[in-house]
Amino acid sequence: MSQTPAAPGSTAYGRMEQSFRDKRAAGRKLLVPYITGGLPGWEDALRAAVAAGADAIEIGIPFSDPVMDGPVIQEASQRALDAGATPVSIFDQARSLDVDVPLAVMCYYNTVHHAGHHRFAEQLVAAGVCAAIVPDLPLEESGPWCEAADASSIETVMLAAPTAPDDRLPRVCARARGFVYSVGLLGVTGERSALAATATALATRLKAVTDVPVLVGVGVSNAAQAREAVQVADGVVQGASVVRRLLEGGAEAVGEYIAEVRAAIDD
Amino acid sequence: MTLMAEPSSTGRFGEFGGRFVPETLVPACQELEVAFREAWADPSFRLELHEILRDYAGRPSIITECKNLGRELGIRLVLKREDLNHTGSHKINNVLGQTLLAKRMGKKRIVAETGAGQHGVASATAAALMGLECKVYMGAVDVERQELNVFRMRLLGSEVEAVQSGSRTLKDAVNEAMRDWVATVESTHYCLGSVMGPHPYPWMVREFHRVIGDEAREQCRAAYGADPDVVVACVGGGSNAMGIFSGFVDTDARLVGVEPAGGAAVGRGVPGVVHGMRSYLMQDEYGQVQEAHSISAGLDYPGVGPEHSYLASIGRAEYPAVTDAEVIDAFQLLARTEGIIPALECAHALAWIAREAHAFQGKTVLMNLSGRGDKDVAQMMEILK
Ligand SMILES: Cc1ncc(COP(=O)(O)O)c(C=O)c1O
Repeated sequence: MSQTPAAPGSTAYGRMEQSFRDKRAAGRKLLVPYITGGLPGWEDALRAAVAAGADAIEIGIPFSDPVMDGPVIQEASQRALDAGATPVSIFDQARSLDVDVPLAVMCYYNTVHHAGHHRFAEQLVAAGVCAAIVPDLPLEESGPWCEAADASSIETVMLAAPTAPDDRLPRVCARARGFVYSVGLLGVTGERSALAATATALATRLKAVTDVPVLVGVGVSNAAQAREAVQVADGVVQGASVVRRLLEGGAEAVGEYIAEVRAAIDD
Repeated sequence: MTLMAEPSSTGRFGEFGGRFVPETLVPACQELEVAFREAWADPSFRLELHEILRDYAGRPSIITECKNLGRELGIRLVLKREDLNHTGSHKINNVLGQTLLAKRMGKKRIVAETGAGQHGVASATAAALMGLECKVYMGAVDVERQELNVFRMRLLGSEVEAVQSGSRTLKDAVNEAMRDWVATVESTHYCLGSVMGPHPYPWMVREFHRVIGDEAREQCRAAYGADPDVVVACVGGGSNAMGIFSGFVDTDARLVGVEPAGGAAVGRGVPGVVHGMRSYLMQDEYGQVQEAHSISAGLDYPGVGPEHSYLASIGRAEYPAVTDAEVIDAFQLLARTEGIIPALECAHALAWIAREAHAFQGKTVLMNLSGRGDKDVAQMMEILK
């Protein structure tokens, strides 16, 4: 599963970025559902999402203090922790998922820090995960992790926020591997009644400065909003809307929802 | 290197500190750092803060020698009376500084977390004074044990939200305040209540509390012609301790920060990253943050300000722990011997002094009495029944 690391200045992309670039070139919009790892039923939900047309999956590693998450994902994290989930148990389960799309993890930095950068990167490789999203690790603090991740060919997805001044965006994009996570609004994860104006505005700014795939996430809450976002962006990450369905209706509800979003963005 | 100077450009005290925040908050932290640096170098800002601390908060706070208890313990025990400040604790020093700065930055609203409610009350007070909107996040457990302070904050015109997530105490209130700030950062200043969080907070909050140590140093020299031998304060996030330590870090005084046994971040933690900073943190084998347990809501926190981690790592300060039972005794001891009811937080500092006084007989011990115990009387009434 691991790839040879890209030599400096080479154009060898990681597995996720290569896959996204190829699909984008073929005219496909990218759909990445978020699923809380360790939540009872998560593996079935993940397979259902892949079968329904997900291009990659973001596996959430539950954390005690998820500052970027709203009530739905907080609840899912808490339930997963109560069910005994740990990063290691989730990696063990991920290893035997047997799905053919790239897998990323979304984890808070203390999970990485506590394991140790190099050890964590190797754990991801062993679990068949190719990318990591660390929402409380901004550019200035990302050096040591990125170095370890690069050495293990783990792609570190960087987040870009609507508050970033223009001169910051190219620096964030230059460090991004896999894709750039364009944060859709000022706020935490959770469903909203409308796509915030900041979502398309930031995606437009990012598209102007990078050719790394740009995906909008946080606050993209249904098929119509996903469709609106991909008018500008290369794809979307769907978080709370997926996790809520998993909590309420299980894997089947997740599969149906992803199929609906897939149809809306393919249209 | 000079101790307790400015942190490095990345907000580090040694290997502790930093700025581990969501990308959305990075520009706000940078803006705050610039604004604070400018304001702190601006004599007109310093004068305005000095006047408001004097005319509104009642500074300087006095020092009081505890003759009765000192005789009993065989030491000269001196209290720095932060309990006499307006709103009843040291928290007002930082809050007046931050709200003046927030106004200077053009912010219309502040959010704050609170544990015991003292920082929340101070924030609500300053917001009322300065015409800012204020929302305070408080763990649901703390809302229950500090009812009176909740009512006070509402009386002062602030909104108080009971936080139901996680351990429903101070750490979860910080999470919720940060979530609010992520959504409202353009109009809102996060008025953080201790020397913790992302850069520049640990540095800025320490500077706003430096007045405690500066005053106490002069007062001790005037009264005794010497610096104290031991300087003691309780440590939750560590702001009152940083305030008083800053006046004595360059003396020979032994610096002691007392943690609750159930929230001993320095004593039992390992370095971790939460709430924007790298510091000692109580966590499990996978890095999940553990819940603290303390009789005092203000110290019920699994982390500690990064500069304390640094002072501990180089051996300049020490961080022993005391038990709830020792704190209950100390609370009553000060009331009975000196006629002063301390906040449960600083009763931790006294508990350590009472336990260890045999080891420094005849010495001068300066303790930061960080707040008054009115807020804790109802809880103690239940405990002592
Ligand atoms: C009176 C008093 N002392 C101490 C503290 C703990 O805070 P810190 O460690 O930042 O001084 C609190 C917090 O609520 C408090 O109310």
